[in-house]
Amino acid sequence: MTDDIRALTAQLADEPSSLAFLELGEALRRRGQLEAAYKVARGGLGRYPGLADAHDLMARILGDQGDLAGAFDAWVEALRFDPMRIGALKGIAFLYFRAGDVPSAVEHLQRAAEIDPDDQSVSQALARVRNGSGIAASSALQSEDAGMLSPSPAEVEPAPAETSAVSTMEFLTLENGDRGLMLVDGTGLRLTGTLRSPRNEDVGDRVAAELAGVSKEAARTSRLLGLGSWQAIAVESPEGNLYMMAPTPETVLLTIRDPSLPMARLGLVAERAAKDARAWLERHG
Amino acid sequence: MNAANVALERVTQVPGVRGSLLISATDGLVVAERLMEGIDGRAIAALAANLLQRLDRAAVGAGVQSPTFVHLRGNAGSVLAAPGSNELVLVALVGLDANLGLARIEMLDAVGRLA
Repeated sequence: MTDDIRALTAQLADEPSSLAFLELGEALRRRGQLEAAYKVARGGLGRYPGLADAHDLMARILGDQGDLAGAFDAWVEALRFDPMRIGALKGIAFLYFRAGDVPSAVEHLQRAAEIDPDDQSVSQALARVRNGSGIAASSALQSEDAGMLSPSPAEVEPAPAETSAVSTMEFLTLENGDRGLMLVDGTGLRLTGTLRSPRNEDVGDRVAAELAGVSKEAARTSRLLGLGSWQAIAVESPEGNLYMMAPTPETVLLTIRDPSLPMARLGLVAERAAKDARAWLERHG
Repeated sequence: MNAANVALERVTQVPGVRGSLLISATDGLVVAERLMEGIDGRAIAALAANLLQRLDRAAVGAGVQSPTFVHLRGNAGSVLAAPGSNELVLVALVGLDANLGLARIEMLDAVGRLA
């Protein structure tokens, strides 16, 4: 248990009526402790059934658990109590997009854009959904998950574990104006994902070939300098930031985003993607 | 004190920084260093230069420009690198307790002054 989770747990135990459950539930979700996160969120919702934040938290947890119908309902509840909640609008838009209902996805993203015209993630997602590139960007992942593209999110069955990780990876590619997310094996071959240059060329295989050497060099550097095992490499460049992690010792996950996304946040995105990649590897390994 | 040593002095004053050095990006040799006792600057220089060359190829392959800042995070510390415009790279070895944000700012500022 990390210090922040321990502190939040203690805080909630001392003061059960506090709103610390929001932070604790989110911290547990980010760590992948979804069952614990769910219990915390459910407890909080019991005390604060009219709190949009609590429904939003529950939606994210259910989404991570693969319960897309439950996530949809929770976001609808969040909007009922806070119609201006952009996170819920984006979440619902994503679920509509997954279900193949592009007009509804666009409608929800447009509402989000009207609420906060400066939110770049919304305008970028809107552009992608409108021109269909969101589908193209994640086609490799979606093709394995075509069974989930049912006509209406309300009809979506709770997703089996096999699809939940893929859905998160798709969500990541839809969000934040990405350039790509790619998983590479130890020999420099692409396992899954897409990587596009700023000129929209597919550069995945070329970069994958370089990443095998990067991983070995990072491991050697880290070991010889007494830094332990390497955890991540963050690379800043004027045209895009790169973040590399090793979901397993034999693989490298590369996430590239526009430089407008702060590096620390890119790290969070990459950590979540690495968790999904591990689940993906377990299923396909 | 010359410009290189001023740059190293500024970086090593950041809390958690164990040492810093200026290296040649092309051959991985130490140009100047300011390290805590027991830290081998030559090893850092060689390893950092190798890693940067590979990362540079990966970045260029991805269609973005060469890196302006690199952070290799291990579970016991990190290596930070700020390539300059003159084939020199400012490198810092930092502990887990380091103020990474401040170290990054100081390094980018310092390497900019060296250009």
